[in-house]
Formats: sequence, C-alpha cells, structure tokens
Amino acid sequence: MSLTLPELWVILGCGAVTLISRTLPFALVQRMQLPAGVIDFLTFVPIAIMTALCCQSLFVAHAGHWATLNLANCYAAIPATLAGILTKSLLVVVVVGIMAMAVIRYFNFG
Amino acid sequence: MTPDLTFRAGLKDVLPTVFGYIGVGLAFGIVANTSHLSLLMVAGLSFIVYAGSAQFIITSMLVAHDPLSAIMLSTFLVNSRMILMSTSLAQAFRHESLTKNLLIGSLVTDETFALAMNKQNKTNGKLSFAWQSAANVVAYLVWGVATIVGAVLGSFITNPAQFGFDFALTAMFIGLVYLQLISDKHLGLTRQLLVMAFVALAYYVALRFLNSNFALLTATVLGCLFGMELKKCH
Repeated sequence: MSLTLPELWVILGCGAVTLISRTLPFALVQRMQLPAGVIDFLTFVPIAIMTALCCQSLFVAHAGHWATLNLANCYAAIPATLAGILTKSLLVVVVVGIMAMAVIRYFNFG
Repeated sequence: MTPDLTFRAGLKDVLPTVFGYIGVGLAFGIVANTSHLSLLMVAGLSFIVYAGSAQFIITSMLVAHDPLSAIMLSTFLVNSRMILMSTSLAQAFRHESLTKNLLIGSLVTDETFALAMNKQNKTNGKLSFAWQSAANVVAYLVWGVATIVGAVLGSFITNPAQFGFDFALTAMFIGLVYLQLISDKHLGLTRQLLVMAFVALAYYVALRFLNSNFALLTATVLGCLFGMELKKCH
C-alpha cells in the first residue's frame, strides 16, 4: 500500500478543485442577495439536472453520430417508474429497479 | 419522507440513496483495483476528492499517464454542475453561519442535492443543518467504505453488473425525478413535464456533438432557460 508523489498531487489538486466548486457558491450566496433572474433560473435546476442525469444512463453516446438507447436500462426503468407511481417511495423504486435489472441480465434482454 | 428536519430524519431519508452509493462505489473500487491503484490512492480519491464520476475519469487518466493539469481540468469540468447545484441549495442555508455553509457545501453530491430538493417540497422550502449534515455524512462514509471494499474484493467479484446493482443509481434518479415532478407545487406538473421533455431532447441533440458530461451541463442550462421562458408566457 503506497502513494507516489504524482498520485498525492492528483489527490490534492483534484480535491481542491472539487472543494472550491462545491463551497464557493455557498460562501457567495450566504453573503449576497442573488438577482431575481438568477433565482428564477435556479428554480428549474432540480428538475432539469435530475432529468439530464436520468437521460445520461438511458442514452448511449456515439461521437459524431446520433445517440442510441441503452435498452437494458430503458426496460428496467419501466418497472422502476411504475413502482414510483404506485408507492411514492424512493426505497421501493431503487429495490424494484435493481431486481428488474438482475432479471434482465439473467435472461439477457436488451 | 416526512417534513421532519432532525438529524435522525436525515439518516432515515438518505437510506434509499445508499444502494446507489454501494453499487457504484463497489464498481469504482473494482475498476481502481484493475487499474493497479493502491488502497491508499482509492481512499484518497474517495475521501478527499469525493466525486463519483470524476473519480472514474481521474483513474483512467492516471492509467494513461496524463499530466496533472489535464486531470485537474477534467475534474473541474466534470464537476462544474456542482456550481449550479451548490448555488441552488445554498439558498436554503443563507440564515446559517459561514462555517455551517462551508461544511454543508463541502459534501454536496448529485444525490444529496436531489434529496434536499425533494425534502424542500415537504417543508415549504426549509432545510436544516442537522438534516442536511446527516444525509451528507452518511453518503460520504458509505461511498468511501464501498469503494475500499470494492478495491479489496476486486479480485473476487469480476462482474457486479450481473446482480443489477449498477442500475441502483439510475433507479434512484428516476425515483427522485418522479417525486420532484409530483410534489413541486410551485412549478406545477405541466410546466415541469415540458421542461423534462425539452431537457431530454436537448441532451439527445447535444450528445451528438459533446461528451456526456458536457451534454448534461448544456441540457440542464438550456432546460432552465426554457423553463424561464415558459414562465413568462403564462
């Protein structure tokens, strides 16, 4: 178990970059009032970013060509979404999603 | 999820996201192990950098012997969505001290951010330091431990995907986006559905020209601007 000097720099450098991205907005927002337009913009961040994060696992990128669907993920998303509609419980959605994916992999769908 | 904002409630609310952290954390540990990173390096990346997708990218760039500056730039770009999330989340903590703000900010992730946004729908936009810290610290520890366990077990588990654990994260975001959709009374169902459709389309188009991280960022920003325009029309 060891750490080379370049590896240590990667940890410290990337750690600093990430920490600044996360904390600087908190420090700024705490000290000043954001303009109304910015606050308006931010109200849409949750729904937009969560949708984009879902899309990231439902599409497969092919540089320079149109993306295709990740079929296994799309199939597993169906029971997961239904579980959400029926139970409104995040835990049930996750468990149903994992089980659906295990079944899909076992039978080689998608 | 109840409107309760105590530390205990935070521990309970973060539970469903733990599956995602374990699944992806194990996967990262296994990847790091096969890329010949030491346990100390895995721990350093998970506990100091603490950035899911960026850790995978850092690992592949280390294997490719890329320079430090390129690795740091990629990390910044992959994590730039954190600036959006932190700015958004920080609105709820303006009344808290700078120290508490920095403590919360230092552990914000996609998952704890999304969880907090869902919580706000139950609490009229309020969040507490205790609740957010509980969610943040559990996520942080579970992630770190899962990656180390993955690295140790790396040689035994060759294919964690066969058990479906890799889907935990996607399932979690599906659940979170659905709960957001039905509970954000302020934005309303129709407007949110339109923003979602727009983001999906923007992401699909952007993915032809950009890598998936840039496409994510582009689609998010365009989706927010589209939402603002919608609001003006009504």
